[in-house]
Amino acid sequence: MPSLNSTFAGIKSPNPFWLASAPPTDKEYNVARAFEAGWGGVVWKTLGLDPHIVNVNGPRYGAVWGPDRNLLGLNNIELITDRPLDVNLREIKSVKQNYPDRAIVVSLMVPCDEASWQGILPQVEESNADGVELNFGCPHGMSERGMGAAVGQVPEYIEMVTRWVKSNTRMPVIVKLTPNITDIRYPARAAKKGGADAVSLINTISSITSVNLDTFSPEPSIDGKGTHGGYCGPAVKPIALNMVAEIARDAETSDLPISGIGGISTWRDATEFLLLGAGNVQVCTAAMTYGFRIVSELQSGLLEWMNDKRFDNVTDCRGLAVGNVTDWQYLNLNFVTKARINQDLCIKCGRCFAVCEDTSHQAIVINSGRTFEVIDEECVACNLCVNVCPVEECITMEQLQPGMVDKRTGQTVDDSLLNWTQHPNNVAACATD
Amino acid sequence: MVNSVYSPGTLPARLSPDEYEANFSDINPGFSPHEAMVEADRCYFCYDAPCITACPTEIDIPLFIRQISTGTPRAAAKTIFDSNILGGMCARSCPTENLCEGACVREVAESEPVEIGRLQRFATDTYMDENIHPYTRAHETGKIIAVIGSGPASLACSHRLAIHGHNVEIFEKRPFLGGLNQTGIATYKTVNDFAQQEVEWLLKIGGIKIHLNEAVKDLEDLYQLTQDYDAVFVGAGLGDVNRLNIGSNKFLEAVAFIEELRQASDYGNIPIGKNVVVIGGGMTAIDAGVQSKFLGSENVTIVYRRSRSDMGASEHEINLALKNGVKLLTNAIPMGMTGDGADEKLILGRTEVKDGKIQQTKDTIELPVDQVFMAIGQKLEFDPGNLAIDAGKIVVDLHGRTSVPGIWAGGDCANLGEDLTVTAVAQGRDAAEDIHRHLSK
Repeated sequence: MPSLNSTFAGIKSPNPFWLASAPPTDKEYNVARAFEAGWGGVVWKTLGLDPHIVNVNGPRYGAVWGPDRNLLGLNNIELITDRPLDVNLREIKSVKQNYPDRAIVVSLMVPCDEASWQGILPQVEESNADGVELNFGCPHGMSERGMGAAVGQVPEYIEMVTRWVKSNTRMPVIVKLTPNITDIRYPARAAKKGGADAVSLINTISSITSVNLDTFSPEPSIDGKGTHGGYCGPAVKPIALNMVAEIARDAETSDLPISGIGGISTWRDATEFLLLGAGNVQVCTAAMTYGFRIVSELQSGLLEWMNDKRFDNVTDCRGLAVGNVTDWQYLNLNFVTKARINQDLCIKCGRCFAVCEDTSHQAIVINSGRTFEVIDEECVACNLCVNVCPVEECITMEQLQPGMVDKRTGQTVDDSLLNWTQHPNNVAACATD
Repeated sequence: MVNSVYSPGTLPARLSPDEYEANFSDINPGFSPHEAMVEADRCYFCYDAPCITACPTEIDIPLFIRQISTGTPRAAAKTIFDSNILGGMCARSCPTENLCEGACVREVAESEPVEIGRLQRFATDTYMDENIHPYTRAHETGKIIAVIGSGPASLACSHRLAIHGHNVEIFEKRPFLGGLNQTGIATYKTVNDFAQQEVEWLLKIGGIKIHLNEAVKDLEDLYQLTQDYDAVFVGAGLGDVNRLNIGSNKFLEAVAFIEELRQASDYGNIPIGKNVVVIGGGMTAIDAGVQSKFLGSENVTIVYRRSRSDMGASEHEINLALKNGVKLLTNAIPMGMTGDGADEKLILGRTEVKDGKIQQTKDTIELPVDQVFMAIGQKLEFDPGNLAIDAGKIVVDLHGRTSVPGIWAGGDCANLGEDLTVTAVAQGRDAAEDIHRHLSK
């Protein structure tokens, strides 16, 4: 049987599933429940200096729902912990004592001066926590005060603060990055230059989830006003996956451990992060949607998959997809596919036809008996029909083997690799010949 | 409760008031807003949706469900009424398993269609509960159309004509409006006097004058109407019933029984036999059988001359009867009675089908019987004169035109489509559009 044991940035935990720094990790009570449920570790909700901050006393969360009110995205305007520093530190020490095999990392956010960091780090060490995570990510509230994303959006600040922290503690230092930037590689490189042991990402994305059509206030509404919050949940996973991959395949940061965060709801999501280079993962919204018990499925799913794929350890599968992430210009233009509709599985809803006819390439025809068929002469293999079909595996993309003729272009499929850098239409490529 | 289910003979008050109340309450109650949202989310918004094709009135079902799911049930109702002004009754009475829901792709995918009927009811009830009418009339055209009968075909026709600015005069033989909506649909499908509420709501369009207790009996009446009015629509239904020639006063008309139930204020006053037999295989037979059971009959048997799969009633309706304890006896026909008084029995002959034809075998069955309800079809009561007739119904084309210029027909009396409320609505509506085109020339 494979093992889920994990060592991330020198921090050991019985599985790679941690709870991210967030409301679920604000108190001993919650964290103890999480550990009883089986979570491998937690990143304690961000501590700051006393006097502790205060939160709004109205709603803190906004939401985006899919069909059947499935929570697809959540945003929050909650700030860092609103409890005194010593209360949190005392509870951290107590939990660590009760669950010595679990990882407890403490998230920190203090003003951007070295003295503040020098002040808080020894107190965290005293709690016996396993490491610290620097919160350079929160996009709301604290950033207005020069902390959180305000630091994370300036690579020089990231490097500076990381260096301060590294030089003032023996604990492993994880730098949590904000996605509210244009190129994630710059802050990651800065963290590495500052001496970070790892990065974690993504923090939440600046967002307004909805506007009340009666009051004209953004949601969540505080006395008729709203402010942008941090967006998370299943909707942000694709953004997070890309950012993790960007760091994992960047020559300067490819050896930097990554804790993957962003919309992880199932073992599948978690495994995708591992394949794209994450050493472990952090979860929040899924727990805030379903409770802590989901960790059982995360563990059983990953174990079963590792067993099927014959991986003994989590590290064995780490990063296996990174090499397959490339730039558009290197994609093989001689790879030709066509959509295929399985008539036995088709339930005849016609969504494929509607979207292809209205918004794409008019490559699906309705035959008598309401059967839908792909017109190879028109199909550009865009995959939209696959994505809107309600039945799994009903529409698939079939590769045309070399030697076959692509009826759309009339050309025989070539088995050689042809990418944009080699393509005759690429003026820049031809100029270098 | 004076009597019990086991008391011999044909007696009233076999059940307690609470039991009557439960038996005749809404068999398929409307969705709560939450239920409607959950169900609406299941719709795939199909292209050229099969449910629309399957609906005789071609309601844009995916659109109205999407309107429900986005929190606008009134817009959804308007979508429904645009195609079917009696969408409220159709939501209650349509055999949806054979129509929209039977065609739903989710039926193919997971054998659980979107509950279109209940969603439709949610939208139309939401709208009608506000007691507002969605349409206004075009400028008065000065034309007047006579409409014979006030069932769904006539109501749909009248409403559409009124929208176009024509004036309508309805001639109804009964002292009330609604036709089969008011008399022919099982009570538990249309509680709280919904049929009358719907008629009143529909008439808010204006321009429709009502003549109650005025039957148009014959050719002379009809031709007089063609002289006096700009057009005539015949939606008289099938006012008469087929009967069996068995000389017994225990043989009763199922249609009359159902009508009596619909108008009843106290079910405890209606006598019902300990042993009831219903002859027939259609929806009327099911309605009569189930409601006999609901009135406290101990043994109810529906007797049908062919096999179960040949029955006109939908599988859903047959299962409803079986679920409520009604027995089904197929391949049997009534031959006569034997014995007398409380010991009287119905003699049934076993049948078999050879080369598509029913043949009687030597086997007979005897069933104790207190009441026999005949539900073996209805026929024209109205004398159609020289209107062309086929199989007992008025011949019409796709526009509802009869063989006589100036006379249109629709609903059960016309030889187009099935005898369903929704079919009648479609025919009435379409005839109105054709009359309007004709009068606009």
